[in-house]
Amino acid sequence: MHEVSLCRQVAAAVTRATAGRHVQTVYVTVGELRQVVPEAMAHAWTFVVRGTALDGARLELHHVQAVVTCDDCQHNTRLGRQLGFDCPACGSSRTHVSAGEEFVLTAVDVDGPDDDCTPEQEGTLDGALSPS
Amino acid sequence: MGRFHRHDDGTVHSHDHDDEGHHHEHPSGDQPRPRGRHAAAPTEDDPQALAELIGDHTGYQTGRERIEILQDIYAENDELAAANRAALDAAGVHAVNLMSSPGSGKTTLLARTLAAFEGSVRVAVIEGDIETPLDAERLGGMGAQISLLNTGDGFGGECHLDAPMVAKALRGLDLDAADLLVVENVGNLVCPAEFDVGEHRKAMVYAITEGEDKPLKYPVMFRSVGAVVVNKMDLAPYLDFDMDLFRSNLTAVNPQAQVIELSARTGEGVDAWLEWLRAPLA
Repeated sequence: MHEVSLCRQVAAAVTRATAGRHVQTVYVTVGELRQVVPEAMAHAWTFVVRGTALDGARLELHHVQAVVTCDDCQHNTRLGRQLGFDCPACGSSRTHVSAGEEFVLTAVDVDGPDDDCTPEQEGTLDGALSPS
Repeated sequence: MGRFHRHDDGTVHSHDHDDEGHHHEHPSGDQPRPRGRHAAAPTEDDPQALAELIGDHTGYQTGRERIEILQDIYAENDELAAANRAALDAAGVHAVNLMSSPGSGKTTLLARTLAAFEGSVRVAVIEGDIETPLDAERLGGMGAQISLLNTGDGFGGECHLDAPMVAKALRGLDLDAADLLVVENVGNLVCPAEFDVGEHRKAMVYAITEGEDKPLKYPVMFRSVGAVVVNKMDLAPYLDFDMDLFRSNLTAVNPQAQVIELSARTGEGVDAWLEWLRAPLA
């Protein structure tokens, strides 16, 4: 429901992280319990970035299923249509959500150091792709 | 924009699965990763799983550089919420985030609360209202400090209060002259549940006119609160409301929630609510 404001926050975080470099793709991981509608998010993104330095950047969402973990028997259960938070393995109501609440900007793809980069040049970006 | 599509495991993407196009060396040290696989449930605590999740997208035809960020978009809100809470703690103020759907009777209940506490509990209210000061006007003249937050911001207004907004509203209140802060959130059963504003406890007002199924439809909201006020009980004779069904639906998503049945209009049952509010103030 608040996809517009979430997109604004993502755009602000991306802008801070990319220091003016041209952004190609933005990767965001979204948990199911964040109640984000992917299509609404995609639509909001197009007009939040329109006319900004991020205009044209793709937003790529990765959806994470909600999982509850039992505090008593540690059984993991994927939350399904039949929403209930009790542990189906032992019946305990002492459970906690162990996945599904993520909303993480994971990575951004920007143009390489040389904007006119051709495919053969990709291998020359020594160090640039190293994961931290 | 790419097209969204859903995998069997529920993963949603908007990219093309050009797996064959990904096979080239990355002398920079970026290790090849299995293609077409996605971790089922990575968390922000597991950067490796997240890196794995996005592993499909390394290696492109043109000059491209991956910047790993791993920034929790809610972290900024949560940090500011913690700061709000610290400021409230320093002033000895207990804060309750009060949420509901529109028209559930939140403001009526709050008016009754202020009237009951006048002279005994010093109350401050942060009033979230999309465009109007109407709710704040209803609460005036009862000895409470009111800070109005109009959340209208061009595009239809915010659908919830967040920690930065509440931080701003707190500056308009004299916390040293308050015992209890009630944050009256925007009427909405979706977004407010997800934003910590610095409160100590959350409660929601639910009206029996809303139907018994609401806990199952809005589990994130119903699960987030410590107390559910079941309002408009005075209308029970005129409705087919099934309290047992509502309570079992609520128990399915939040077995710990305290249920307080009352009528904000007649005042019946309000004492239990006042007690819930007052308990931590002793």
